[in-house]
Amino acid sequence: MTEKFEPVIIGFTCNWCSYRAADMAGTARMKYAPNIRLIRLMCSGRLDPTFVFKAFEGGADAVMISGCHPGDCHYVEQNYKALRRFHLMKRVLTQMGIEPGRLKLVWASAAEGAILTDTINKYVEEVRLLGPLNWPAKKIGTVSTPVMEVAA
Amino acid sequence: MTEKIGVYVCHCGTNIAGVVNVAEVSTWAKDKLGENGVVVSRDYKFMCSSLGQELIQKDIKELGLTRVVVAACSPHLHEKTFRNACKGADLNPYLCELVSIREQDSWVHTDKVAATEKAKAIVSGGVARVEHHEALTPLRVPIHPDSLVVGGGIAGIQAALEIADAGYHVYLVEREPSIGGHMAQFDKTFPTLDCSACILTPKMVDVGNHPNITLLTWSEVTKVDGFVGNFAVTIKKKARYIKEADCTGCGICQEKCPKKVVDDVFEAGMGNRKAVYVPFPQAVPKYPVLDRPNCTYFIKGTCKACEKFCPTGAIDFTQQDQDITVQVGNIILATGWDLFDVKRIPQYGYGRLANVFTSLEFERLSNAAGPTGGNVVLRDGKTVPKTVGIVHCVGSRDQNYNPYCSAICCMQSLKFAHLVHEKTGAEVYNFYIDIRTPSKGYEEFYQRLLEEGTHFVRGKVAEVSNVARTPQEEGRLVVQVEDTLIGKQRRIPVDMVILSAGLQARHDAKEVGKLFGISCSADAWYIERHPKLDPVATMTEGVFIAGCAQGPKDIPASVAQGAAAAARVLGKIQQKEIALEPVRATVNADACSGCRICNDLCPFNAILFHEDTMVSEVNPALCQGCGTCVAGCPAGAISGTGFSNEQILSQIEGLLLLNIKAEAVPA
Repeated sequence: MTEKFEPVIIGFTCNWCSYRAADMAGTARMKYAPNIRLIRLMCSGRLDPTFVFKAFEGGADAVMISGCHPGDCHYVEQNYKALRRFHLMKRVLTQMGIEPGRLKLVWASAAEGAILTDTINKYVEEVRLLGPLNWPAKKIGTVSTPVMEVAA
Repeated sequence: MTEKIGVYVCHCGTNIAGVVNVAEVSTWAKDKLGENGVVVSRDYKFMCSSLGQELIQKDIKELGLTRVVVAACSPHLHEKTFRNACKGADLNPYLCELVSIREQDSWVHTDKVAATEKAKAIVSGGVARVEHHEALTPLRVPIHPDSLVVGGGIAGIQAALEIADAGYHVYLVEREPSIGGHMAQFDKTFPTLDCSACILTPKMVDVGNHPNITLLTWSEVTKVDGFVGNFAVTIKKKARYIKEADCTGCGICQEKCPKKVVDDVFEAGMGNRKAVYVPFPQAVPKYPVLDRPNCTYFIKGTCKACEKFCPTGAIDFTQQDQDITVQVGNIILATGWDLFDVKRIPQYGYGRLANVFTSLEFERLSNAAGPTGGNVVLRDGKTVPKTVGIVHCVGSRDQNYNPYCSAICCMQSLKFAHLVHEKTGAEVYNFYIDIRTPSKGYEEFYQRLLEEGTHFVRGKVAEVSNVARTPQEEGRLVVQVEDTLIGKQRRIPVDMVILSAGLQARHDAKEVGKLFGISCSADAWYIERHPKLDPVATMTEGVFIAGCAQGPKDIPASVAQGAAAAARVLGKIQQKEIALEPVRATVNADACSGCRICNDLCPFNAILFHEDTMVSEVNPALCQGCGTCVAGCPAGAISGTGFSNEQILSQIEGLLLLNIKAEAVPA
């Protein structure tokens, strides 16, 4: 196979820091790989682990969570809660047979567009090495929800 | 599908259309997202223009749209614009979703096919999300008319006076015993050479006498609760050991105090003060402060000379620190700057070579009210220098220290050169990298200095040493510098070196920023809401910044920012109430199991637990909308408006409607 694998990554960003870092990266015309699609949350603490599993289930090859640096949370300390959940989710992913490297946490302040850009570029390459997730069975062009169907 | 969704793709001139095929995105949305409720999809050159907005409004009215998705720039830029457009067409503004295909797509990607596919995915995410939007109404909260200004330098003074003159009450908090800040230490101000104290002290007196200003010096803010309109601020008023009501400011205590202490703050280490002291004669307020760590009574248990001689019995050794809580609607931070620590550059010899001075030391030396009475002399206190070297950019524009330009050092150095020349007739050398004099009257001042005969040597000073190589260098300081204009290494013997040190953020700027909920740049300057269009507001509503806390600047710029921040605050006060984003959490009492997990997750104590019904409830006035409780509720009983589970889960689905493998094969 000569075609390069292009992973799809869903990124969760915090309204106050990393989403603004992404805005800043845009304003400064920093370039990064188009493989990431961002979702804005008010805080990384809003990240329900379900969102991450939903992304994998929907066909994402990896998920990136980003928030304010420890101690800089707009909501005092909610990024620590995201950190806790991140470690928990990594364990759960491992138990499910998914490489923990498919979940990444990055701290990026509103001024750190360059850090966000770098991290995304590196992460896309890391995920490229991991290969497609194909979990449970990715259907091209449609959103498959087999897990939900089984549950129903 | 019951919702009728309109999709509007903006070209933003060529900002988006130059990379993303907007027509293709728009057609794709209409063709492929029809089953998701998209009834109309258009692209337009500038959606944010009045014509673009009218386009949306027309469709809302004629097609009966119930949801709008605009694919354009970041919601932080134009979310309000498009929400207002919807509101204008009688559609609830919160039923509009702005997705970013500029900052997150066209501006950061170069591959046109991939960028177009990503834009489709982003639009698809927005369409999936918007279906679950709810009609919301902003929360209106009253604005407390009182304000807090932190920092009593020129920026804070200006801000406090503007607000107070407009008839509203201000609490001005200053850490030091007197207001005045760095400006009070200066001798002259560039480029006009007005005497700094002459223009500053009348303003200080105004602050001290103003009926609308509560001046709290020797005080620090320790806690900030609440949010815009209703902050509860706790201020620690440190014990002065002086009964302010009884003190007349006569200064006898200061005179009689037997303990001399080097004044590192106001005199920059150049002079002494007593253990009970007023930092300078024009200080406001006039009450002295008793410096407890240096007071003989507190160290040895005897002395009390000040108490003995005080004619009004105003000394009180039993005074304690006091916590004061004030209610304010808005806050201005004007916390100023610290001088770069020149000891960090050992090759410049400060601290090792007696006659190397910092810029602040020279200010005090040159100040008529300073330790030498304004005589520019060497460290021995009597020798007048015959040759003086002034080093620019010390710690600024230097990758090893601070990469930024401190903005004021060129003009400050020129001022020093003029003052040295005027007061001593000495020969003056200015060692500069570039001369930057970009303000009214500044370039003219530079020209004046050139005419005065000051030598300008273009080159970064490598070393200041006292090691002589020739007899004429004997016993003097030698400035080793590469003169880049003639391409030669030079050794210039001088008697005195002034290091024009750069400005740095306050050493505790990060902690203070955290206290007020605002963020700092990598250099610890406070970040403004927008670097050009909103320079004194911050990301935190109700918290403004002014002066050097935001970045290095000179006195005119600090004054302008102080006044600008005050104008912003006055605008808020005039509105009497403020509309807050209705992004709030609510507990579904029927689903709540009363486990109380959410209670501990909330940092704002916004979740109350009803012991009688065993359910939790969110207080919308305290809730800040972070959504952590929503994510943490094991029963799924808490929902968060604006960012509900349905909205996010649908957006994930929408974003993944296309995957990249399909994109690789262009349709």
